Amino acid sequence: MEVIEHDVIVVGGGAAGIRAAIAAVEADPTISVAMVSKVYPMRSHTVSAEGGAAAVAREDDSLEMHGYDTVKGSDFLGDQHVIEYFVEEAPKELTLLEHWGCPWSRNEDGTVATRAFGGMTTKRTWFAADKVGFHMLHSLFQHSMRFERIVRYDEQFVTKLLVDDGVVRGVVALDIREGSVRAILGRAVILATGGAGKCFPFTTNGNIKTGDGMSLAYRAGVPLKDQEFVQYHPTGLPGTGILITEATRGEGGHLKNSEGERFLVDYDYGVGTKAELGPRDMISRAIIQEFRAGRGIKGPYGEFVHLDLTHLGEAKLKERLPFVLELARTYVGVDPVTQPIPIRPVVHYMMGGVDTDIDGATVLPGLYAAGEVACVSMNGANRLGSNSLTECLVFGARSGRCAVTFARGSSAGNEARMRQLAEEEAARLDTLRGKSKGGETISQVRREMQDAMEDGCGVYREQTSMDTACRNLAQLKGRFADLVLKDSSKVFNTELIAALELGNMLDVAESVAVSAAQRKESRGAHTRSDATTRDDQNWLHHTLCTFDPAGPRIEKKEVTLGHWEPEERKY
Amino acid sequence: MSPTSAKKTFVVTRFDPDVDEVPKTQSYEIPVQSDWKVLDALNYIKDEVDPTLSHRWSCRMAVCGSCGMMVDGEPKLTCKVALSDYGDVVEVEPLANFPIIRDLVVELEGFMERFKKVKPWIIRAKERAVEEGTFRQSPQELADFKQFSMCINCMLCYSACPVVGNEPHFLGPAAIALGHRYNLDTRDEGSAERNQVFLEEGGVFSCSYANECSEVCPKNVDPAAAVQQGKALSLVDWAKGLVLPRGGGE
Repeated sequence: MEVIEHDVIVVGGGAAGIRAAIAAVEADPTISVAMVSKVYPMRSHTVSAEGGAAAVAREDDSLEMHGYDTVKGSDFLGDQHVIEYFVEEAPKELTLLEHWGCPWSRNEDGTVATRAFGGMTTKRTWFAADKVGFHMLHSLFQHSMRFERIVRYDEQFVTKLLVDDGVVRGVVALDIREGSVRAILGRAVILATGGAGKCFPFTTNGNIKTGDGMSLAYRAGVPLKDQEFVQYHPTGLPGTGILITEATRGEGGHLKNSEGERFLVDYDYGVGTKAELGPRDMISRAIIQEFRAGRGIKGPYGEFVHLDLTHLGEAKLKERLPFVLELARTYVGVDPVTQPIPIRPVVHYMMGGVDTDIDGATVLPGLYAAGEVACVSMNGANRLGSNSLTECLVFGARSGRCAVTFARGSSAGNEARMRQLAEEEAARLDTLRGKSKGGETISQVRREMQDAMEDGCGVYREQTSMDTACRNLAQLKGRFADLVLKDSSKVFNTELIAALELGNMLDVAESVAVSAAQRKESRGAHTRSDATTRDDQNWLHHTLCTFDPAGPRIEKKEVTLGHWEPEERKY
Repeated sequence: MSPTSAKKTFVVTRFDPDVDEVPKTQSYEIPVQSDWKVLDALNYIKDEVDPTLSHRWSCRMAVCGSCGMMVDGEPKLTCKVALSDYGDVVEVEPLANFPIIRDLVVELEGFMERFKKVKPWIIRAKERAVEEGTFRQSPQELADFKQFSMCINCMLCYSACPVVGNEPHFLGPAAIALGHRYNLDTRDEGSAERNQVFLEEGGVFSCSYANECSEVCPKNVDPAAAVQQGKALSLVDWAKGLVLPRGGGE
């Protein structure tokens, strides 16, 4: 068993992970950072983000306004000290990225341009046409290459956290190419593995978004927080779930039903004059309401409504939304210059995640988390579009610095003990690889998990459907133990990876369903048809979900309020 | 209304270095839907027919760059090309010009090294402080390099390039386009360093201007144009004495 040592280990190579790695090596000129990712960093799902990254930039804007918008967008479940820090750091982080080469779109005078986004009072979303995640990720990754002390372990899948004496000491990583297993030891570990959209059948998320980091932390005893809050993006393509950016609405696009009505204007969905610039949870609900009122349009992949950009003109679409043109033409055969795009709500983002404080620190000493995998509680019950890319930078950087501080004060673990734990894990993986005894296939269990989540934890939920989902998921976990695997090769065994990913997704899916089933109110993205109002008296608190072999355990955690008092959320 | 179903046969390269001396092919006849991309067929095979097939993919929206393969002999992003453009028998092979790791998965390490060689980051004599705010860059200055910043590292251009296969040191189209992108960026002051790399063995002058790279690029980056512009600009630096002669000096 190979044992490698670094000071800080970052798991994941997307925006949060790379930012954390850079912050760590810049915080201390003597440390080395291992960046371990199951894909080459430029494949990370940050790459698919389209519309933009939020930070105050204009004269008519203020940190106060960005803070208030975010708190209100969170349906008052965001921790306000976290949000205040976030809005303060946001402009600095996006400026840094500009210095590192990100090709932000520009105003005529050469300053950085901003666009409108849902739930934001004014134009504060920085953009690089409609490939913002792509440009941010590539800028970060390319910038990171200048640091020799960031050592990459590409296509290595972390399967376990090494914990000894109540402190995290490293990770066990499966080398996908070779099939070998190694222990990577470090004095602090930062999880930056992104979300878990693949728990659902229709999602904007790529195939790699399987909740790996959430499961790693959960299995190590760290609670997952606010898992019931799953964001449905209003505008995904039917069938594939491919994201059509909110910037389409920011740039003036209209949503229309089968009657050709702008239903967000013609009917009262609580978004008021914001219309298409309402927040995502509300717009997704409005679309489902239109379906229920018989004003959806029927297609081969269920109902949809139209996103109409035809009035924006070809020149503007080419300049501001070229990727949308490409995606619509390639994946639904529609030319947005002359035709409306079919769209429906699809799972996009997990507001919940590994419970961390403002430093990204978890309750397990030495373990940090940042980005979508984490729940630092800046998004509460509903994230505003374009806050998450900035979140990756702000909290990636902070967790990187804080992990270094922790690492300096922490001793190395007991290497013999770590080696033993890693060897046990390697033996488990060996048993799973090509496991011929079993009656269940990965694809079948995965499909049933996704259906259970869609049925039980969709845009609208109710007690019976959520309870059913919980039961089904518990059963699927049992069936997972009976998987049959056919590929016994050690080299690039993607069946083994898919099995491990499915195990991770089942953990996350169950935590979502169990967290959802116990919250007896509607708040943000958690909308119940059998408890339709927000109930601050009883439910203005976070949900913690902790692993227990007998089934997930639920507890409450206080929300940090501040100078923005909870009020009715109306636009 | 449901997408129509038909059958197609996929002839797919299989290779497991633990077992096989050389790559072989395996045929799969499967039902396909009229709106599928080539990648959808591979995923169907993986999920429903043969879980031992290995291929890379993630975003399925033509931006992560993972799923490049040879389809009927041409390098394609498999999530972007429609099955309906192909016949009843479709050949899928790993990207040409790369060593095969397993089945449809190729070795990228060589590319990653070339990539780093062109110093794809902003180089400045003095770093700008955050407090000084963003640089000013006009929309025109942005437009001058924007196209060359659109590369998704899918490697199709390396597969198509006649030089990559013959000259092991050649930087290749994507890496040159990337270096050129930074050379053109008004925020950057590192073009002399990069032009030095461009003029070394395996640099821009190895290109025979076959233009194949630009023809296969799924993102219209036009690496061939970047290479040609890179030739001209690096020669200017050479003439000014900013860089050493081609192949010169340690």
